[in-house]
Amino acid sequence: MNDLAAYNFAYLDEQTKRMIRRAILKAIAIPGYQVPFASREMPMPYGWGTGGVQVTASILGPDDVLKVIDQGADDTTNAVSIRAFFQKVANVAVTTKTKEATIIQTRHRIPEEPLREGQTLVYQVPIPEPLRFLEPRETETRKMHALEEYGLMHVKLYEDIARNGHIATTYAYPVKVEDRYVMDPSPTPKFDNPKMHMSEALQLFGAGREKRIYAVPPYTQVVSLDFEDHPFEVQKFDKPCALCGAENVYLDEVVLDDKGGRMFVCSDTDHCEDRRAHGHAGALLARPTQESQEAAE
Amino acid sequence: MYVAVKGGEAAIANAHRLLADRRRGERSLPSITIEQVVEQLGLAVDRVMAEASLYDRALAALAVRQARGDMIEAIFILRAYRTTLPRFGYAEPIDTANMKIERRVSATYKDLPGGQLLGPTFDYTHRLLDPSLLGDEPVEEVALKEPSEPVMRVSDILDGEGLIEGDGEMPEGHVAGDLTREPMEFPMARDLRLQALARGDEGFLLALAYSTQRGYGRTHPFVGEIRIGEVEVELELPELGFAVSLGVIRVTECQMVSQFKGSAKQPPQFTRGYGLVFGQSERKAMSMSLVDRALRTDEFSEDIVAPAQDQEFVISHADNVQATGFVEHLKLPHYVDFQAELDLVRRMRREYETAHGGEDGMKEAAE
Amino acid sequence: MAVQSQIYAGAFADPVFEAQSVFRTLMDCFARPGTIGRLASAASPPSPLGRASGAVALTLCDHDTPVWLSPALSKSAVPQWIAFHTGAGMAEAKDEARFGFVETGGTVPGFDQFALGTQEYPDRSTTLVIEVEALKGGQPLVARGPGIKNEIVVAPKGLPDVFLDFWTANRAIFPRGVDLILTARDAVLCLPRTTRLAIEE
Repeated sequence: MNDLAAYNFAYLDEQTKRMIRRAILKAIAIPGYQVPFASREMPMPYGWGTGGVQVTASILGPDDVLKVIDQGADDTTNAVSIRAFFQKVANVAVTTKTKEATIIQTRHRIPEEPLREGQTLVYQVPIPEPLRFLEPRETETRKMHALEEYGLMHVKLYEDIARNGHIATTYAYPVKVEDRYVMDPSPTPKFDNPKMHMSEALQLFGAGREKRIYAVPPYTQVVSLDFEDHPFEVQKFDKPCALCGAENVYLDEVVLDDKGGRMFVCSDTDHCEDRRAHGHAGALLARPTQESQEAAE
Repeated sequence: MYVAVKGGEAAIANAHRLLADRRRGERSLPSITIEQVVEQLGLAVDRVMAEASLYDRALAALAVRQARGDMIEAIFILRAYRTTLPRFGYAEPIDTANMKIERRVSATYKDLPGGQLLGPTFDYTHRLLDPSLLGDEPVEEVALKEPSEPVMRVSDILDGEGLIEGDGEMPEGHVAGDLTREPMEFPMARDLRLQALARGDEGFLLALAYSTQRGYGRTHPFVGEIRIGEVEVELELPELGFAVSLGVIRVTECQMVSQFKGSAKQPPQFTRGYGLVFGQSERKAMSMSLVDRALRTDEFSEDIVAPAQDQEFVISHADNVQATGFVEHLKLPHYVDFQAELDLVRRMRREYETAHGGEDGMKEAAE
Repeated sequence: MAVQSQIYAGAFADPVFEAQSVFRTLMDCFARPGTIGRLASAASPPSPLGRASGAVALTLCDHDTPVWLSPALSKSAVPQWIAFHTGAGMAEAKDEARFGFVETGGTVPGFDQFALGTQEYPDRSTTLVIEVEALKGGQPLVARGPGIKNEIVVAPKGLPDVFLDFWTANRAIFPRGVDLILTARDAVLCLPRTTRLAIEE
């Protein structure tokens, strides 16, 4: 039992990597189409990034620099855990800086810094099928994709409008890729959808439990579904980031006390730190006084 | 000044130290050994082996201990290990007709060749807490009679009369599938469904099986036979041209017999539901056989009217490692998406309050 | 003896890292159709399979991928070389092959003879690996589609005259269709089925 831990580079065996690599190439060749793959049991729970981890493990090489984020942050526990996993099984260089990374594995966010050519963004996907909540049967949804029959999705979005006056989908907002496949962008806030369109980076999506891999190549059209009279729009925040003053970025709401005190700060922690390092300061950083510092700490 | 939450790594390390501490428990007590788990919690070990699809009692016991007795966690640990094992080949089908029987009961015949053999069962124990087990009182050692002849299967008795369908033939050249190596696809053939059920969660299958008895996809079942015992695992070696024995495993097999009125193509006859599980697990094997039969709707032109008959529903939700992962992943941070929902609800709330101006005014005054 | 040694030699010295490196080049080239990728690791397969084509086989083929070989490749030591190093068996028919290989100057069969996938599972199609004289210097073709910023000119040399017709027909049945890896010595150029090609005007 002592040789229990003799694992291959990047944990997966070569046969598994080959199977996933073939799936990735087909996924790139059919943008937005979900390629079934024989997802393996990973040493972390389903729903916690097993799909993303398998994709990353299959593309990762010794020269890569890996960044892992969850909710936009490098220091959330699951991001820390996945990063530590790859350090352990692949001895790979890691970074928190978006610019330095060659592979970025993410859950729920796309970095604010525009990605560039040569970078690969790997999404962890819980439910890859955008039509799943409208039709639970795989046999049915597969037919809908085959026939490009997406009426149901438009009906759902339009029912939202009829009931609420606007589309009530705020994350995992469906997109159409190259005018063919309707695709789930993973549960990123719809704020991030426009970043997928014509991105310079390769975007790979891994759903481990549901056993699907899909892709958006660089320079590919990714259009959020909408209606002429109700065009797609993203969330706008009233104030800039309280720490770095950034505008037009996605913000986390932080509850400061039990009296309704709130602050809004960048969800992308690297972006925020980078801006502060370059001298940007938000309202809370601009006038730090001795007392308020102590009080908050 | 606001300081963002940091130190995920330290927090994780500390949590794991605490976990190890709690797992060990009170230090004045002796630590439990793997051998003790194998010997004295054998049915827990069996369940872990069955649902992890890996027959190794010591590793399963290690997983049980490592998981502090949490069965699904133990199954998960053992499966994650199983994934990394290389495949050397595929064994020949085991022959349960040649099983070294330890228990064998049939509900369809009063007596039959080979007899009814109760074996180490909880059946007919009165479920009274046993104070003798509080301590370490000596337990009588029981010697088993060496079985003489292989015991014929009950299904073969019915088969001899031509009253039961054949033993589940697959088409010529069919290679048994493997869910752990190939992508899943629906509709799924019976061999893959049986694999999924054999790995499936005991509790889930039990509930589904129970639902068929209560009318949700009724199959009029009788326990043709349950048998528990050891069978040989053999591997064909092309170099040698014959099969060599790799060892023996204990399995539980259940053949459920159910009524079938016949169709245009088939005469009235009995049909089978099949269950086979690693180790001793009658509940699982019986549940599996009921669900197997319920899922065979297409073969008997039955309408799908109940959850247990719906293969996409059953197979997609039977795996407890998948299920627990996805249910429990909800505790991971979701604040980015929640923020988006918060914004939407606030906006809709403002719109609502504008539309209902009066109440809004009252509320503000009260605040 | 000579044939035997050809069969057992010529694979990657370091399979884990060389396969990863070749795969990454292929992934980048499929993600950016028309760009020429140089393989840092190349195989030395028996003639007439080229070095890059051999590396593709070592990287992507195994038991699960029946392979179709052109008549000239079939007659050579290549089937045994592929079988020995990857475990892949030979496909009996073109439309059962997950990968197809054609050597330089070999006849390129019509793409519609290969597996094209189905409307439900368009991924179940053949990937064709065709070696050409050179990846530059041929008839310039303008490529457009996903992965290409505006457009890029490709000019592989040594493709049959009917290639453009084959490709146009392949593009017309999207999402079904074959995907193409063109190789020359140790370089590759990938054309996923999404790429539209036209003669430069």
